[in-house]
Amino acid sequence: MKEVKPRMVTIYYMGKAYQVPEGITIIKALEYIGYRLVRGVGCRSGFCGACTTFYRKKNDYRLYSGLACQTPVEDGMYLTQLPFIPAERRRYRIEDAKADFHFVLSLYPEIARCVGCNSCTRVCPQEIQVMDAVQAILRGDLAKAAKMVFDCISCGACSMRCPAEIVHYNVFQLVRRLYGKYIAPKAKHLASRVEEIQNNYYEEQFKKLFSMSVNDWKVLAEKLQKKESITI
Amino acid sequence: MKHPGYPPEFWDSIERVEETRDKRLKEKFPKMSVTEREDIVRKYHPDYKEGTKRPVRVGAYKGQLAPHEVADLLEAHALINPDDVDLSNVDYDTDVLVIGGGGAGASAALWANISGVPADQILIVTKLRFGDSNTKGAQGGIQAADREYDSPIYHFLDVLYGGHFTNDPELVKILVTEAPLIIKFLEDLGVMFDKESNGVMIEVSGGGCSRDRMHSCGDYTGLEIMRVLMDEVLNRGIPVLEFSPAVELITDDRGQVAGAVVMNLETGRYHVVRAKATIIATGGFGRLHIQGFQTSNHYGATMDGVVLAYRVGAQLRDMDAVQYHPTGAAWPPQLAGQLVTEKVRSLGAQLVNVNGEQFVYELEPRDTVSAAIIRECEERKRGIKTIVGWGVWLDSPMIEIIHGEGTIEKFLPAMFRQFRRYGIDIRKEPILTYPTLHYQNGGILINQYTQVLDAERKPIPNLFAAGECTGGVHGKNRLMGNSLLEITVFGRRAGNFAAKHVKNVSLGKLTLDHVTKWENMLKEAKIRSSKKAPIILPDYRGDMIFR
Repeated sequence: MKEVKPRMVTIYYMGKAYQVPEGITIIKALEYIGYRLVRGVGCRSGFCGACTTFYRKKNDYRLYSGLACQTPVEDGMYLTQLPFIPAERRRYRIEDAKADFHFVLSLYPEIARCVGCNSCTRVCPQEIQVMDAVQAILRGDLAKAAKMVFDCISCGACSMRCPAEIVHYNVFQLVRRLYGKYIAPKAKHLASRVEEIQNNYYEEQFKKLFSMSVNDWKVLAEKLQKKESITI
Repeated sequence: MKHPGYPPEFWDSIERVEETRDKRLKEKFPKMSVTEREDIVRKYHPDYKEGTKRPVRVGAYKGQLAPHEVADLLEAHALINPDDVDLSNVDYDTDVLVIGGGGAGASAALWANISGVPADQILIVTKLRFGDSNTKGAQGGIQAADREYDSPIYHFLDVLYGGHFTNDPELVKILVTEAPLIIKFLEDLGVMFDKESNGVMIEVSGGGCSRDRMHSCGDYTGLEIMRVLMDEVLNRGIPVLEFSPAVELITDDRGQVAGAVVMNLETGRYHVVRAKATIIATGGFGRLHIQGFQTSNHYGATMDGVVLAYRVGAQLRDMDAVQYHPTGAAWPPQLAGQLVTEKVRSLGAQLVNVNGEQFVYELEPRDTVSAAIIRECEERKRGIKTIVGWGVWLDSPMIEIIHGEGTIEKFLPAMFRQFRRYGIDIRKEPILTYPTLHYQNGGILINQYTQVLDAERKPIPNLFAAGECTGGVHGKNRLMGNSLLEITVFGRRAGNFAAKHVKNVSLGKLTLDHVTKWENMLKEAKIRSSKKAPIILPDYRGDMIFR
């Protein structure tokens, strides 16, 4: 492997200056500095939302946010990680829930306080149209909202910026489950297969299969791989 | 710039991939026979590389091979000194203790509750946040034979075919017959599966699958399942202790498992959890970076549960079998090792070398594809050399040609977004990939009730295990879409059987005698290790390597 000598840049982690290799992600930069992270780190692949980070750049008044495992460091970056998002989630029984806007509002009435400022959308690392989704819920279009927010990884950046103090990801979780359970069409083929299994439909074939040798299994498996049909 | 996300020295090769695309669209690379598969895996799969394994010297798995990184932890000292823990002071007293807050742990807790254990008599302890696990990173899908053209029998034979017929057939039978039940359960909980407008599940193939039975939720399948399971666990009021990994099991004076010592990661304090049933659901070992491989695994995947079970006498199996996912990202270096879901290949993307030529059928089982990629790069030198290693092209633009424009954004939104951040448009440009350490095929030996077995295959009293930390279901090689299935099927069983089990358990005096015994065994085996386990988290301080 070729020895690579990267260019170094300066970042300010919680106000302290550090030299780190250019182009590496924020997570890797913090470890390079010498942190053994416990908070603010998770899947390291952009799927879990544990590493929400806020930062400012040199000569730029704006407050940015991103996932530390996906965002490369930049020279002059001032940053801090959020170790935890203070948020309340409301308990409910999915069996008793109703897939309508009144039910969502009964658990999270604060969504009606949305002022339409779009701060949430601007900080979303998943590029979700967060405000539009809240508005869709308020219009009663849960199906649309559920699909819009499917890629949410609950990083909480939106909730930390929201002037209406909405905890979007908890609301969105509720809406997705309501959609999945009550609005999305059911898979009929799944229900019939479940019934077959509960009636032990395959037991006889399994019994025969278990009386065969591994070599017989190999022959059958190879036939299946060739898309041929088999009989047990 | 033509390809702003790739360095100019790759551009010629990308052009060759583009030139050969039309021709390749009409071609299918021939599938290997069982013997050809075994041959290429023997020759090129990292599992068979000389000098990477050794026989374990102590414990139930003594004499059997494991990678050095695994053996090091199996032969390590206990992290805790028994004298530092006051067992007379029980901090949490519960019926069912679940160690691990991923998909298997959440399923186990949920089903223990469904089976009658009150929520406040269940406790989930987890190393990081609830849900932080490989489950969340699982992208491609979950298998279940629920279509007329398919059968659990076919699924059964495919699983064995993938595992080179080394699997535990009883466990496989459970996996495939309970699969549709689990999909139905998840559908009823509100998981948003990809469906046609009439409700029919959209199902594709995966490596080694003879029939299309891969259910998905975009390429966030694991995330969607995990967050719904979490939501339900929290709705039911099951308590979760975060940032509190188990560091040692507790036994009692009758030789039963009786809970665990957990450590508050932030204060460093130990807490004693007494439990009538303990379920290990701690996941795999990707963060051990076996043979120096990059990994797709989450930060906490350090094999803790296997270590804990091993010290109370658990037998293991197939610990020598490591799964390298064929397509980890190889460019940009920031993403090196991160997963590029197999679904990219399920949707039609082929694997091609530096000249744009195919060299393997892209949907062979994972060990086979990985071995073929390694051969193409290391031996035939027809890969693309980068500053961090090798790579071959995964020709993702084929997907949009085959299935129409917009398919990638619809079915692979995570992949699309991840690469676009680095200036690569996977709708138009191929993805550079190389095998990445992905999955622990083997693990703790269990029976069909998820009871942990000792060297004589007898259940260790009160101890259960489910998910990636266990072995047997996948044999020496897991197929895509069977891990999300395993955690939900066997997590359910663990919860159900633990719920039944706790009705007849009475515990004696708590001890950590097994730790003292373990230290004596290390002495007798003349093992002079400086290592302590579980390691809880990897240590990348000062690290220059992209991980």
